[in-house]
Amino acid sequence: MATSQEPVIVGFLCNWCSYAGADSAGTGRMVQPTNVRIIRVPCSGRVNPRFILRAFQRGADGVLVSGCHPNDCHYSTGNFFARRRLLLLKRYLEYLGIEPARFETHWVSASEGQKWAEVVRSMAERVKALGPSPKLPSLL
Amino acid sequence: MKRVGVFLCWCGSNIAGTVDVGKVAEQARRLPGVVHVEENKYTCSEPGQAAIVKAIKDQRLDRVVVASCSPRLHEATFRRTVESAGLNPYFFEMANVREHCSWIHTDKETATPKAFDLVRMAVAKALRNEALTRGSITIEKRALVIGAGIAGIQAALDIADAGHEVILLEREPTIGGRMAQLDKTFPTLDCSQCILTPKMVDAAKHPNITLYTWSELEKVAGYIGNFTVTIRRKARGVDETLCTGCGVCQSKCPVKVPSEFDEGMGMRKAIYSPFPQAVPNRPVMDRANCTFFKTGKCKICERFCEAKAIRFDQEDSLIEVKVGAIVTATGFDLFKVEKYGEYGYGLYPDVINSLQFERLVNASGPTDGKIKKPSDHEIPKSVAFVLCVGSRDEQKGTTYCSRACCMYSIKHAIQFRDKVKDGRAYVFYMDIRTPGKSYEEFYKRAAVDYGVEFIRGRPSKIFSRNGKLVLKAEDTLLGRPIEVEVEMVVLAPAMLARNDAAKIAQTMSISYDGYGFLNEAHPKLRPVETNTAGIFLAGVCQGPKDIPDTVAQASAAASKVIGLLSHEQMATEPMIARVSEALCSGCLWCKPICPYQAIEAKTITEKIQGKVVSREVAAVNSGLCQGCGACTVACRDGAMNISGFTNDQLLAEVDELLGASRPACAAE
Repeated sequence: MATSQEPVIVGFLCNWCSYAGADSAGTGRMVQPTNVRIIRVPCSGRVNPRFILRAFQRGADGVLVSGCHPNDCHYSTGNFFARRRLLLLKRYLEYLGIEPARFETHWVSASEGQKWAEVVRSMAERVKALGPSPKLPSLL
Repeated sequence: MKRVGVFLCWCGSNIAGTVDVGKVAEQARRLPGVVHVEENKYTCSEPGQAAIVKAIKDQRLDRVVVASCSPRLHEATFRRTVESAGLNPYFFEMANVREHCSWIHTDKETATPKAFDLVRMAVAKALRNEALTRGSITIEKRALVIGAGIAGIQAALDIADAGHEVILLEREPTIGGRMAQLDKTFPTLDCSQCILTPKMVDAAKHPNITLYTWSELEKVAGYIGNFTVTIRRKARGVDETLCTGCGVCQSKCPVKVPSEFDEGMGMRKAIYSPFPQAVPNRPVMDRANCTFFKTGKCKICERFCEAKAIRFDQEDSLIEVKVGAIVTATGFDLFKVEKYGEYGYGLYPDVINSLQFERLVNASGPTDGKIKKPSDHEIPKSVAFVLCVGSRDEQKGTTYCSRACCMYSIKHAIQFRDKVKDGRAYVFYMDIRTPGKSYEEFYKRAAVDYGVEFIRGRPSKIFSRNGKLVLKAEDTLLGRPIEVEVEMVVLAPAMLARNDAAKIAQTMSISYDGYGFLNEAHPKLRPVETNTAGIFLAGVCQGPKDIPDTVAQASAAASKVIGLLSHEQMATEPMIARVSEALCSGCLWCKPICPYQAIEAKTITEKIQGKVVSREVAAVNSGLCQGCGACTVACRDGAMNISGFTNDQLLAEVDELLGASRPACAAE
């Protein structure tokens, strides 16, 4: 379905660091491609791998999860769990036929607007280069 | 049928400049569930909010979506607006079309469809929003202050003066902390003891303060307003109620060991009070060095104690206290300057660290305030002060600046020049940092009035030559190598987090940074709170700082505690975990993943096919849960959810974004 359109990247951002980091990028007017749509979650540890699979099933061209830097989690440990889970998921996605570049995990703090803008730019570029995502068959 | 109202904000030209708001409005009208769409120049303004209230009433809206700025800015504002119109505030949802769209894009053609995407995602989520109610918990009107240095004492006094009970905990035999070790304080050269000891006495005598010295934090359970804290009262070896503090035991004790309080510059006994002004004035028995505990014989102290207060058989005891708030003021350790092998600390007795110098220059110190070389007890005629030993050195120490060393080393140089009129004082520095009231003037005074010689350069080596110590450095202002011969060297060590800071943080479920300093909730706007509600920070445990900043932070933490304890009840955030008992299998995988120990097993009884059976399920403590959602992912049954961020809501956003409405939007 994503043939004639700009690729869509779904971003799951933790409320405390990365969502605020994306806000800082906005406040700083850091121009970015329009591909990312952000969904706010309390913590990167709240991101169930199911959400990411669902996004790919529905035709997302890329998925981005971003949380606080390791050791800086608002909830102490949430991003450690996220890191472990999502690392496994990335390999699983590759097994399912989703190119690894379509799924990324980043750590962006509330003050790192510049970094967030860079994450968006580079990911959008990579996903565009890959073309439309192979849609996962719905298992539901 | 749900009735959603969508309010599209122009934010002046902030949004309308890059997003065709009219077009988004037109498309939003066609979204399922949306019955009302309205544009406004400034939705957050008084007329903007009034328009929302009016629409809720006129259009009988039961869900409200505002597409404007970041929810981090105005979510609370609009929730109040919605609540004022009689709607549950959690029926409100926000689309961030300013920070996440209009401000970061320049092309209206692409920014407008994206803004619409964000709006329809918010609508999809709002349709699944549930009415949530804030809970309330009773607040235990008592505070615990951990650490009784100047930060802890100040916080305890402030809280106690406001009329609340305080438990002041200190693991050393006396309160006073680092400040009690100091001689004078910069830039006023106030005598440290003269300004601290009255506060120590005030703290001990205050009717609202209970003092536990020689005691450690064992365990913290509970949550804001309702902490249960276990304190280990270490065996003092002395019955505090009988002891009169006469000091005979320590004068008679035959054992001598280096005094921790004097940083090894003086000696103490095996039964001792760290310094004469100690509060409480009750000695402790150092069992590791006591002859009786080593050989089974001695008991001289017991023989001479007229009050019969010596207790060789005393054991540690655990006590439990209930508090509503906790202030952590656990202080700091010093960098071990021996890590700089080239400076010869430990090799040359006359190379000492700044705290040792502090004890030497202290009128109540081991030399009665006479600056004497440890090697031969002669008065040195020249002293070099070396800054940044461990600070601002990624190779050997820490990256950060310890903030107080420049100032106290300048103070030391002034004190030395004051006491040794014909002496020469050198300060080796990288940069002199004097950011404080009257600090720069103090520095100027040292250079101009006291003739302290400042050399910009970090010594590369300190070695002994003809009985003198030689500092080899590059004077970076002159751009040439120099050698300075002195009789004594004072190294200014970096301030480090306590070596057990991580353990303290874990005991209280608060976070700490890569150096071990405890993390504040926000570096600018919430500097004394932690991310665990009800726990506050004061002093160097949060990061290096000097005494004025420490005291300011302690009073700030105290004011937060006083604010909290001034309420009988407090509202709790409803966006926390909840369990569907029907789905929960009782595996409790959620329990270990919870950073707040908020999940416990609970036994429920239910009727299954006419039979009453009981089984175990997870139960969330709403006071402890902070709503992170780690448990929801660990849950294999999908029984765990976060209110306000349910699986259903988040998936609805994904589905809406990528689902049916998408091609229609993009085609336009």
